[in-house]
Amino acid sequence: MNFLTDAIAWISNPALHEGANSLTARIGEHLGYTFGAVLIGALIAIPLGILVGHTRRGAGIAVTFTGGLRALPSLGVLILIALSVGIGFQAPLATFVIMAIPPLLSGTYAGIHAVNPATVDAARAMGMTPLQVIFQVEFPLALPLVMAGVRSAILQVVATATLAAYVSGGALGVYIFSALARRDYTQMLAASLIVIALAFALEGLFALLQRLARPHGTVVLPVK
Amino acid sequence: MDWLAKNWELVINLSWVHIGLSILPVVVGLAVALPLGWVAFRYKRVGRFLVPASGLLYTIPSLPLFIALPVVLGTSILDPANLVVGLTIYAVALLVRQIVDALASVSQDVRQASVAMGYSSWQRFWRVDLPLAGPVLLSGLRVVAVSTVSLVSIGSVIGVTSLGYLFLNGFKRGIPAEVFTGVVATVIIAFLFDGALVLIGRFAMPWKRKVTS
Repeated sequence: MNFLTDAIAWISNPALHEGANSLTARIGEHLGYTFGAVLIGALIAIPLGILVGHTRRGAGIAVTFTGGLRALPSLGVLILIALSVGIGFQAPLATFVIMAIPPLLSGTYAGIHAVNPATVDAARAMGMTPLQVIFQVEFPLALPLVMAGVRSAILQVVATATLAAYVSGGALGVYIFSALARRDYTQMLAASLIVIALAFALEGLFALLQRLARPHGTVVLPVK
Repeated sequence: MDWLAKNWELVINLSWVHIGLSILPVVVGLAVALPLGWVAFRYKRVGRFLVPASGLLYTIPSLPLFIALPVVLGTSILDPANLVVGLTIYAVALLVRQIVDALASVSQDVRQASVAMGYSSWQRFWRVDLPLAGPVLLSGLRVVAVSTVSLVSIGSVIGVTSLGYLFLNGFKRGIPAEVFTGVVATVIIAFLFDGALVLIGRFAMPWKRKVTS
């Protein structure tokens, strides 16, 4: 148990909370990666998911593609990109975008695909243009599943963002990797606990957002 | 290619280690998740707590989990057990919900028919519920297998050698070919695992040629 008390003492050390390298700054970098990568990933994956779900074409390719991306080892991809673009924040950001795309794409695709075809037909019969069908009918009804995709993308990136420090990309992994080099278990553990707490906090926040995303008067069936 | 030609023996050896480290968490994870999933399905009140709780375990980021486990397990930080236990926890986290869904996919009529035929609940589980839940369970196992294979390499950061060694060593020495080889080998192993599970599914469930999720 004294590992834990040591870790808590490490976190509450006032020196940690001052200056440009403070804990707050590292948490800021960690969140920056998380939201930045998911935002860029969403700009790519959500339109693609809408396209596949709306046209009901290319679903097979989308599934194979997302499955293939999921099999990629994040550390290897990160290092491979870092070796070509150099150390810093670009390689981690690019890696995290790649990690964020599969859940966003499959969430959007599944959400649009699950919309009752009769509802879409009704919307068309009412004279809606294809764009109106997408933005006023399909996307709002798909929103809970899109948000489920966003939630798992956030989770995925907040976890892998720890690796950014391996290629000098900052974020909370800085404490872990510098401690690994010095075999300073207290600092390793303390930083790990902070990352875990951050992941739990984001998970709670996005679970709430996912619930709020449900349109009034609809029932969401669990899709897995 | 030059790098691979000179080091293929290392790559093969590391691949075997990687495979060994990946199999254990999937097998043990299934063995642990099966009774938990059954309990969660059978006793809905327990399930309402057990399913979200196991899902929450999946929220814990991998590297921090491997680092925090020695405190719980009393192991050394360099012990491979931290990696294997951590990956098993993820497998359980994903599989408990999947097993509940899988058991729920079994038709209520079939279940009642087996009771009427005099099956005990033990027989019913092994001869009716589990085989019919197989396809949904298998699709969950495939996800677990692929994610386990890709996560094993993170262990190299805390000193557990696998194909991840090629990433760290390639970075230190600035050899992209080495890192690339590691990535490709990991993806190949993930696909082999996936293919093996699909094949096992075909043999174990000959009545269901197509696996649906």
